[in-house]
Amino acid sequence: MILFQANDLSVRFGGIRAVDSVTFEVRQGEVFAIIGPNGAGKTTIFNLISRIYNSTSGKLLLGDTDFTQTPAWRIAGLGIARTFQNIELFPNATLLQNLLIGRHYHARTNFISEMMFLPSVRKAELRHREKVEDVIAFLGLERYRDSLIANLPYGVRKVVELGRALSIEPKLLLLDEPSSGLNVEETEGMGFWIEDIKKDLGITVIMVEHDMALVNQVSDRVMALNYGKVLAMGTPQQVQSHPEVVKAYLGGEVEGAA
Amino acid sequence: MRYLFRTQYRQDIALWRHNGDRFWYGLLAVLILIAPQLLGEFYIGELGGVFIFAIAGVGLMLLVGYTGLISLGHAAFLGIGAYVNAVLLSHGVPFLLTLPAAGLFTAVCGAAIGRPTLRMSGLYLAIATLAFGSIVGTVFQKWTAVTGGFDGFAVPTPYVFGIAVESATGLYYVAGAVLAFVLWLSANLLRAPTGRAMVAIRDSEVSAQSMGIYLARYKTLAFAISAGMTGLAGALFAHYVRFLAPDSFDVLLSVQLLTIVFVGGLGSLRGAILGAVFVRLLPQFIAIVRDDLPFGIGRLPGLEPALFGLALVLVILFQPAGLNGMWLKTKAWFQAFPFKRQANFRRQKSYAKSERLK
Repeated sequence: MILFQANDLSVRFGGIRAVDSVTFEVRQGEVFAIIGPNGAGKTTIFNLISRIYNSTSGKLLLGDTDFTQTPAWRIAGLGIARTFQNIELFPNATLLQNLLIGRHYHARTNFISEMMFLPSVRKAELRHREKVEDVIAFLGLERYRDSLIANLPYGVRKVVELGRALSIEPKLLLLDEPSSGLNVEETEGMGFWIEDIKKDLGITVIMVEHDMALVNQVSDRVMALNYGKVLAMGTPQQVQSHPEVVKAYLGGEVEGAA
Repeated sequence: MRYLFRTQYRQDIALWRHNGDRFWYGLLAVLILIAPQLLGEFYIGELGGVFIFAIAGVGLMLLVGYTGLISLGHAAFLGIGAYVNAVLLSHGVPFLLTLPAAGLFTAVCGAAIGRPTLRMSGLYLAIATLAFGSIVGTVFQKWTAVTGGFDGFAVPTPYVFGIAVESATGLYYVAGAVLAFVLWLSANLLRAPTGRAMVAIRDSEVSAQSMGIYLARYKTLAFAISAGMTGLAGALFAHYVRFLAPDSFDVLLSVQLLTIVFVGGLGSLRGAILGAVFVRLLPQFIAIVRDDLPFGIGRLPGLEPALFGLALVLVILFQPAGLNGMWLKTKAWFQAFPFKRQANFRRQKSYAKSERLK
């Protein structure tokens, strides 16, 4: 079953085609990796899916829902959660508050009842807390629960950001370079989280990643991009041995070079 | 040291964390209730003023300290609240209706200024709100049919349950009650989704959006709630000064309100109160020591604004967490005694994002 589709997706910034007619589909329950050299347009695709950028042309579909024109703040409501390459947590809030903000879309209380903290608000808060505690237990973040994000090490923040995305209870999870800035051990841990997310929680994952070991470990299919265009798509092995991909990474002959 | 042993999630969302909190805040409440028996009329009047400015401070704190939006126009909201209250009272509407009406009307005005400035932040927002403040100030001056213009407006005496609030003590109790109410509303809001959304907007707009927070809605809401609370303070301020003059709601007052928030410590309700105490009592302190200062410093014109500015600079340089930060550090020192940790008292150099004015 196909969960997500991007049809002929393009975006131009002035004269640059950052993403150039990219078409791909992601099946329910798989881990789909996007690889490519710097500036290939990987994160731009994420920003298009999370509707931070408007696409110049093309279509975005989640199941049967066309969300090409949906405003960015409704994307979480569709069941799409994301993390950011350079960590966009809320640094002056505690870990617990960060995860609870992930529950925002599920909040049904209005600000007037919240100001009086009516019993309905209290009940909803306790329910959100239970859900968030599930995520904390899943990722083993118990000891940091009340720490300010600003005081946490980078590796832990990366996991917290994953936890915040999971608090949304998404169908589709976008991970932007989950291993960037992590050491070997932490990267391995991240690989296990992603496998668990796929197997235990049944969440479909699209990730942008440079670490090929991690890509080989967790991904079912890989798409390689360069200059906004799709170079190759297939299993990790197929893509890595694809001549165009090798050329993009290692550099090949440039036409017309002196 | 106190270790909290928590066994239920509801303990984490309780307003009082433990019985120690209940005891000390209870003691404070009792002291506030019996203060008029212990202190003279003058001091009670001054404390009433502190309460009124603390209400406005809490309102501004929600906007600046929690949502990360700046406003140099809050004196206008104070003024709108004051005039709405006074004008309605003079038409014979009872005080128990005019007070909430002043708050609500000011909240609507807040939403009206919040909406068009949605895409602004930092200095641009400061300038936009400054402009709003001066427009409202001009309206107060020129709309003589309602405000009386420069002739001023005598504020009628309010009646609460048939009792005239004429003395400083009466206003002190009314302002104290409103302050407690506003604090309760704010604390509730901050432990609920709306409060967390505000904090999220302050810390990272792009990821707040990806979490499903509609920025336009929550920024407008933050402006409305902040203005509404300031409007309540304004209604009480009208009774505090008894005679409204349009030029009393100028930019200097806005800066004073902002000083409350910054000196008190951004991102803390307690900070708003400590800041109000500081801002209201500093002029009194200057008045007391004025004659004893050497070289006639005390008689220099502009001494008060200069000291406010100096305090603001010193706090931002040496104590970014403000008076609230000092309080927390002092508390930590006593709790850990005799095991003082040097790191706790080292000069703080990190700033909250909202202080950097993106």
